[in-house]
Amino acid sequence: MATDVRVVEGGLSPGQALAAFAGAHPAAGGIASFVGKVRPDDGVELLELSHYAPLTLPGMEALAAAALARWPLDGILVHHRIGQMHPGEPIVLVAAAARHRRDAFAAADFAMDHLKSDAWFWKRERRAGAWRWIEPRVEDHSDLKRWK
Amino acid sequence: MAVRLVFLGKLADLAGVPEQDLPAPLDWPGLLAALPGALGEAVRGEKVKLALNGRIVADKAALAAADGDEVALLPPVSGG
Repeated sequence: MATDVRVVEGGLSPGQALAAFAGAHPAAGGIASFVGKVRPDDGVELLELSHYAPLTLPGMEALAAAALARWPLDGILVHHRIGQMHPGEPIVLVAAAARHRRDAFAAADFAMDHLKSDAWFWKRERRAGAWRWIEPRVEDHSDLKRWK
Repeated sequence: MAVRLVFLGKLADLAGVPEQDLPAPLDWPGLLAALPGALGEAVRGEKVKLALNGRIVADKAALAAADGDEVALLPPVSGG
């Protein structure tokens, strides 16, 4: 299976997931991976990610398929958490396995840029007991334009 | 005989509930008429998208939902 795409409810274990992914692609010359964590910004106590099941997973699967079509990859992994998480916890894991490193780096970068601005997730954070929704960032949209 | 509305992100806060049922059939004017105040304002805005049974509605004004359909109200995503 070339793609491993999941919406993860509960904990994400990047080490375990990467070991399984490497095992599934023994012929790859390299694997590039990225782990996104909840940033320990001042006063953030908790982050909550919500999704809409009929759109979120299909959107992530389409993203993985687009990466496979664009670069010669052995496989791509996209795992994204939902629910509540604390600063320092992993929130997203992306990995690309390829014969050559540049394809793996590029595909992981491409997948992250799309997850940050073009995936069906809504995020809010709690500071001093008060929840606040996080609005889209302009930088995320300019990052996306790199791939047009 | 109902259409299920699903409110995502901050729209759920504005609605006060994550889901709500409205009588079927439901079109765009009917949807707006059923959503009071700030919620209706937000949904009217061009940044809020609609999905009908998991597919994005290209033209909100052309919404046509029947009994058993699910309409999701989607504010701008905040990124993963």
